[in-house]
Amino acid sequence: MLKARVIPCLDVKDGRVVKGVSFVDLIDAGDPVEAAKAYDAAGADELTFLDITASSDDRSIIFDVVAETAEHCFMPLTVGGGVRELSDIRNLLKAGADKVSINTAAVKRPEFVREAADKFGDQCIVVAIDAKRVDDVDGEKRWEIFTHGGRQSTGIDAVEFARLVVSYGAGEILLTSMDQDGRKTGYDIHLTRTIADAVTVPVIASGGVGNLDHLVEGIREGHAAAVLAASIFHFGTYTIGEAKRHMHNAGIPVRMD
Amino acid sequence: MKVVIIDYGSGNLHSAGKAIERAAREAGVAADISITSDSGEVRDSDRVVLPGVGAFADCRQGLDAVDGMLDALEFAVRDQGRPFLGICVGAQLLATRGLEKTTTAGFDWIKGDVVQISPSDPAMKIPQMGWNTLEVVKDHPVLHCIPTGESGWHAYFVHSYHIRVEDPDDLIAVTDYGGPVTAIVGRDNIVGTQFHPEKSQKLGLSLIANFLTWKP
Repeated sequence: MLKARVIPCLDVKDGRVVKGVSFVDLIDAGDPVEAAKAYDAAGADELTFLDITASSDDRSIIFDVVAETAEHCFMPLTVGGGVRELSDIRNLLKAGADKVSINTAAVKRPEFVREAADKFGDQCIVVAIDAKRVDDVDGEKRWEIFTHGGRQSTGIDAVEFARLVVSYGAGEILLTSMDQDGRKTGYDIHLTRTIADAVTVPVIASGGVGNLDHLVEGIREGHAAAVLAASIFHFGTYTIGEAKRHMHNAGIPVRMD
Repeated sequence: MKVVIIDYGSGNLHSAGKAIERAAREAGVAADISITSDSGEVRDSDRVVLPGVGAFADCRQGLDAVDGMLDALEFAVRDQGRPFLGICVGAQLLATRGLEKTTTAGFDWIKGDVVQISPSDPAMKIPQMGWNTLEVVKDHPVLHCIPTGESGWHAYFVHSYHIRVEDPDDLIAVTDYGGPVTAIVGRDNIVGTQFHPEKSQKLGLSLIANFLTWKP
């Protein structure tokens, strides 16, 4: 049986790990390669690096981080942040990433997803969707895509966008609720379930985890295939092992080996 | 022992190389590992690894474009009987035909077609992406000392297609994804995994170590 995945996410800036609370206040929390090794040893099912380096001059640092991580960790590695061109994807895959996550570039030009999937295969193209609740229409909940760390509205409906990028070949959706991110009160379950049920590919729930029940809810009620969290793991609130045992005890199939 | 990983522009060769390096070290095998698109190196190798990600037709095209590579594979694997490991699409290429998007010829070393997986529950996602256990259909040395079955170790899968073998004798292991899905195929000195051993932590490293010490 396929297991639900637990994925720690490391925000990396200028080659160092940081975790933004709602993407604003950043706290330095160490060396990404060391963190990756620790998560590998702890039984994480995948790792995600989100590169938030601002200056394009310093963006090549992430390639070294990825290459060094791939030397030591024999688990799937997804890298996102600032992916704008096919050459960015090629360079990340060459450095040792297994999947590359596309965010703003997909919003600006969805055809980029098709070009990337055609070139590198659906399985390695993840589209990261940052969605925020907007005013209900006729009692129906709606979410829109936001960019720039949740500050800029695009007017694009999140569910329609998810369907579109999947039709273009996205192999997975990394879905972050901008309302919940950093709040520690759980995923936006309604959003997660709506998108997970609307697309044929796996959805990774992200944004808002504060305790282990939230991981269970993301899978069971949100219909996500994987749960992503950052600070609960980075700050040692819970270990990967504790998370998996909790999910296992709740009846969710997880990999314990 | 010279191990070649064939580079034809597909896949995460860096990871495959590092995983083989680590597995060789742990198994005490002195392996000279080369990531190469030089068909001469493949001819001179002791063990051949063919990775592959993306679409079947693109992989086949990429491999065809490498000068002399198909002949070198035929020589090393078929004529000389050197152990061969295909990974993901590298394993699918062993089949007679790939039916992804278009019909493309495979090596026809293992009879069968590469077809889309069709889980019994339509709500199940395609691709199958993540960790799953193996059910052994037929014992094989590459699975030596690897716990299998529902409570066994896990392998990392990312795929929408799999080989449907014609001869049941070529099926080594399956995984359950709304019904049996091909996980390992094998015949004589040839073995192929639908999952990624280079990404499957201890199961993967053990399987690679077994492959390196395998004497078919």
